[in-house]
Order: sequence, then C-alpha cells, then structure tokens
Amino acid sequence: MHIPDGFLTVNTWGPCWLVSFFGLGYCIKKTKEVLRDRMVPLMGIMAAFIFSAQMLNFPIAGGTSGHLLGGVLAAILLGPYAGAIVIAVVLTAQCFIFQDGGVTALGANIFNMSFIPAFFGYFIYNITKNIVKKDKGIVIGAGVASWLSVVIASGVCALELAISETSPLKIALPAMVSVHVLIGIGEAIITCLVIGFVLKVRPDLIYNK
Amino acid sequence: MTKRDIFYGLMIALFLAIVVSPFASPWPDGLEKVAQSKGFMDKEREHPLILSPFSDYLWPNLDNEKIATALAGGVGALFVFIAGYGMGMLIKLLKRK
Repeated sequence: MHIPDGFLTVNTWGPCWLVSFFGLGYCIKKTKEVLRDRMVPLMGIMAAFIFSAQMLNFPIAGGTSGHLLGGVLAAILLGPYAGAIVIAVVLTAQCFIFQDGGVTALGANIFNMSFIPAFFGYFIYNITKNIVKKDKGIVIGAGVASWLSVVIASGVCALELAISETSPLKIALPAMVSVHVLIGIGEAIITCLVIGFVLKVRPDLIYNK
Repeated sequence: MTKRDIFYGLMIALFLAIVVSPFASPWPDGLEKVAQSKGFMDKEREHPLILSPFSDYLWPNLDNEKIATALAGGVGALFVFIAGYGMGMLIKLLKRK
C-alpha cells in the first residue's frame, strides 16, 4: 500500500507530512516515558522482522498480492508509541533506499501504515483483549485489530487519492477496500501466528500483558 | 533481552529477507493493482525524486534476480535493525537527561 510520488498532490501530501512529523515527535516524547530497557533491542528486531516480512508478498485472488504491514504486531509488542516509531523507521528506509513509496508521499504512508494500525489498531486490540480474557484475548485481539487496520488504512488511502483527484472516491474506495478485505486476512493470520509464538516462548515481551 | 534473544530475533528476520523473499509473489500489491485497473498508474512520477541504491529491492548490476533480491533484503534488514535499535538507544539517552 506504499503510495509512490505522483499519486498525491501537495494539498494532500503536505498536511500528511505535517501530521506525521509532529505525530512522530509526540511518539518520541511518549516513548521516553514508557521505555523499558528490554524494548530498546526489541525495536531493532521488530524493525528488521517487519522489513523482511513486508518483502514476502503472498498471492491473493486475481493476480494481486499482499504483504504484512505489521503495525498492529509492532504495537502489541512495543506499545503504540514505540511501535509507530519502528514502522516509520521501516517506511523511511524503504522510501530512501528501496524506492518503495514516494518521498512526497512518505507522510501519507506513515499515517496510513504506521499511525492507523499503531493507534486505531492498538485501541481495537485493547478493547478485544478486555472482552475476551487471557491469552486467547491477546491472539483474537491481534487478529481483529490487524484485519480492521488494513481495511481502514486502505479506505484512508483511497480518500487521499480522491482528495488529490487521482481517482474519484466512488471508484477508489470500493476498489481499495474490497482488495484489502482479503489482504487483511493475510495480515491477521501472520499477526496471530507471530503473537501466538511470542506468547509461547517469551510472553514477557508482550507490552502491557 | 539477552544477547542470545537478540541474535535469534535477528536471525529470523535475516532468514526471511535472504532465503524466503526471493520466492515472494511477483504480482502487483493491492494499491498497484487498483492503480492499474482503475487507470491511474500513469500518474506515478516517471523519474524518481531521489536515486535509491536498491531500487525495487534489487542489488544493482546482478543478472540473477533471486540473488539480487536476497542481497538487497539482507542488507536492508540489517540496516533497519541498526536504525530501529539506534532510535531506541537515542530515546533512552534523551530519557536520562
């Protein structure tokens, strides 16, 4: 879902840059308050893991592929603030080193793929975790939150394309959402598997368990 | 986290980037597919704003695409590991002040 340069006009990517820039500043400030020592190397490991997992496109219907975004996964292990920072680090490296996602669109890409899953997704995860108790709640919460955050992010992406007059909302929105309803299932399966694995081998690594 | 934890974590990431990623699906992702089918793919800037060293996740000037992907993926995973770890250390440093 990495938006390249040219899809967004300045009236869209400008505000997105501002929101992401100040949003990340706020995340750094909040991470300072909640940072625990074990989180420091985990930020490196999660960045490497999510970068690698994002390279693994899996085929879905109709000649289309999807890959993990990993925002909810990062937030469950690191909390929403450090989780958002880690995804932003990955997106920035992808933009400048791998030409995946545009420079102008980086703010929008951080908003869609870092902030939406790390904050909205994490919020959904917490609600689910409180309804379904114990480890089961963590895994189900991870699945629901990751699926929903991919679908919402694709809708917001369509909205950004529409504001830029790249594609009208009535075309972009149903097209983006219907594809990402499927890609989100992949996101949910991978996130649940990884969280299930972490719960088994290192449950102490779950943030706010 | 012990040094061993960090080592295992990094090994899993490098395994995915180096060994698995060359076999990932080459099909366009959700947004690319929509851009193609809804006819706005041509809006993408033809000339990139910056020159990326590993454009399209390929190590430059290598004929074997699988090896080019594995190399670029491995270097990329190591780089973001250091960048993520570094961000964590930086924030820890800011906290002490």
